[in-house]
Amino acid sequence: MISEINERKVLWSGSSLLAMDVTGQAAKKEVSKIVNDEVSSIEIKVLLFARARELTGVPDLKLKMPSGSTTKKCMDELVIKYPKLEEVRSCVVLALNEEYTTDSAIVKHRDELAIIPPISGG
Amino acid sequence: MSSEENNLIEILEEGHKVDIAKYIDYVTAPQAGAIATFSGTTRDTFEGKTVMELRYEAYVPMATRYLSSICASARSNWDIHKIAVAHRLGPVLVGETSVFVAVSSVHRGDGLDACKFLIDELKASVPIWKKEVYANGEVWKENAEFLEKRLELAETRGSLVKKHVAGEHKRSCCGSKVRVQEDEDHTDIAGDNKE
Repeated sequence: MISEINERKVLWSGSSLLAMDVTGQAAKKEVSKIVNDEVSSIEIKVLLFARARELTGVPDLKLKMPSGSTTKKCMDELVIKYPKLEEVRSCVVLALNEEYTTDSAIVKHRDELAIIPPISGG
Repeated sequence: MSSEENNLIEILEEGHKVDIAKYIDYVTAPQAGAIATFSGTTRDTFEGKTVMELRYEAYVPMATRYLSSICASARSNWDIHKIAVAHRLGPVLVGETSVFVAVSSVHRGDGLDACKFLIDELKASVPIWKKEVYANGEVWKENAEFLEKRLELAETRGSLVKKHVAGEHKRSCCGSKVRVQEDEDHTDIAGDNKE
C-alpha cells in the first residue's frame, strides 16, 4: 500500500518531470522551427494577366515559397493552388521584376512574378 | 538633353482615344524633314467572323519599360529625332485606332524603317494583350511575332526551357481556342486581325 502509493508518487513525479521535460523540448523545437520558417521562406507577389487571370479569378496574389525557389517551382505551386492554370501552363512566359525570365531564375523575398500568356499588343 | 526626353510613351486608360494630332505635333521639329507614322485599327472581320470590338489590357510598368527599351534600340539603329508611341487599353471599336507610332527624322528612310521596327518589336515583346469579341464568343489573340521571339528570349538567357515552339505550331498556342457560347466547336486561331 504505502509502497504502492510511494511508487505512484514516484511515477507521478517521474512522469510529470518527464512531461515537463518533453514540453520543454517541444517548446524549444517549436521556437526553433518558427525561427527557421522565418529565415527559410519568402513571400513574392504574383501578377496574372489575360487568360491566366480569367482562369484563377484573381489579378494578383501573394505566394509563400521556400527560400531559394526557382520561378518554375513558383509556377508549379500556382498550378497546385489553381489547377485551372494547367490550361496555359505550357504557353506562358514569366517575368521577374518586369523583365522576362527563365524557369531556373531564383526568386527573392518581395519579388514580383508575372504570369504572361502569349501577348497580342498592337 | 537625354534621348529619353525625345520619346513620348503613353498607355492610355480605358475610354481615352488616341489623339493622333497630339503625337504628330510632339515629333514635329524644324530639323525633321520627315514624319513617319503607323496606326493600328480594329478590323471588322477575322476568318469570317464579325468582330464587335477588341479589348486590351497591359502589364503597364513592364510595357512602358519595354517600349522605352525599343525606342533606345531604334535610336541606335537609325538616325531619328523624336518618337511617340501610344497604346489604348480597354475596348477599342471597329475602325478605331488602338496603337499609334510616330517618328520624325531628317530623312524619310530612317524614319520609315524605325517606325516599322517600333511596331514590329511592340508586337513581339511588349506585355499587352487583346481579346477579340464576336457576337457569339471571344478569344485571346496571340501575336505570331511573340511566338517566334519566345524561343529567342529563352535562348539568350541560356535557359533550358523545355517549352518549345515548333515552326509549324508557331501560329497558335493552347489558349487560342475560340470560346463560343452557343456551341462546343473549337477552332484554332492564328495570328492577329490587324494587318
